[in-house]
Amino acid sequence: MGFGAIGAAIGEGLTAAQANEAVSRKPEMAGDIFKSMLVGQAIAESASIFALVIAMILLFTNFSTTSYTMISVVLGAGLCMGLGAIGSGVGSGFPAGAACIGMARQPGMSGRLTTNMLIGSAVCQTPSIFALVTSFILLFTDFSGRPVSPTWAALLGAALASGLGAIGSGLGGGLVAETSCQGVARQPEQTTPVTNVMLLGQAVTQTTAIYGLLISFILMFKGFPATEAWAPPMALLAAGLCMGIGAIGPGVGEGFTARSAVDQIARAPEATADLTRVMLVGQAVAESTGIYSLVIALVLIFVV
Amino acid sequence: MAIEGVDIIKAAAFLGAGLAMGLGAIGPGVGEGMAAAKACEAIGRNPKEAGLLTRTMLVGQAVSESTGIYSLVIALLLLFVV
Repeated sequence: MGFGAIGAAIGEGLTAAQANEAVSRKPEMAGDIFKSMLVGQAIAESASIFALVIAMILLFTNFSTTSYTMISVVLGAGLCMGLGAIGSGVGSGFPAGAACIGMARQPGMSGRLTTNMLIGSAVCQTPSIFALVTSFILLFTDFSGRPVSPTWAALLGAALASGLGAIGSGLGGGLVAETSCQGVARQPEQTTPVTNVMLLGQAVTQTTAIYGLLISFILMFKGFPATEAWAPPMALLAAGLCMGIGAIGPGVGEGFTARSAVDQIARAPEATADLTRVMLVGQAVAESTGIYSLVIALVLIFVV
Repeated sequence: MAIEGVDIIKAAAFLGAGLAMGLGAIGPGVGEGMAAAKACEAIGRNPKEAGLLTRTMLVGQAVSESTGIYSLVIALLLLFVV
């Protein structure tokens, strides 16, 4: 919850700052800008509401069994949702702020700007929804029949994989949506290609969060044989950490790439094809370290 | 749980491998994204030079990838050799 609140607070702060800037530029649009700021903030807030829900469940559920498995479930669910909300909270703040500025610049475009902002921020929210799903599965699945020893580490690893993995993709997706809102405001006739490339770029930034989700599902649903040794549980925990942390960098980096590509497509429409191609090639290369992390995580789970 | 020498070394090696690859993936991911971002900006400004810019981008990214590959090598060493 604490982590989740950080992200939402930063994101909403960004939006409010840009809304103020926009109002000072075009005071007569204050009403529309205020409305759009609130809608944008509501979306940024949703990630932290997810975190609040999980925190409430954790506080008010009566956990009757105290075993190491249960401790790691509770800790994991909290960490997963808290970490997962950071990226989406901050990320959703970017497009909302850009939409406010855009409205001040092009009052006639406020409808399309709002639509574009909503699509963009909705995509930013997906990684935090992945984290929510993982937290719910952790909380509401009965893991008591499983051997305690590797299971506690598998569950904690699962939580970290989707929680940490959501940070990069949420943030990266937000960067893309920000410039696409700016682009729509600057070049209204370019709305369609800008929105399309935004979605394409965001889809690529989401891939690492999906790898994180994949690893956490494997960790949660694969049965691991009971063990007395320390090595197998550590391997599972490391798999989760590896995929979770490894997903941050490519998510953010691919977001940077798509941000610039979208920005340039709005400025230089004739180069759209070239830009889309270079964006995808650049993102593919940036993705490689995320794939290395996936490979190492899979080796940690299945081979060693 | 019994703690034995070989077991604890293996446990530490696995944890180390995961951390090495995970943390090592952050830098190249962000850095390569920045390189590609600048390439997109330059192509938008000067579309005629797209071929040259793409080539330069790929070379630059390949170099920044190297630390990610070092992390991968170290992680694999920790997993299979140690």
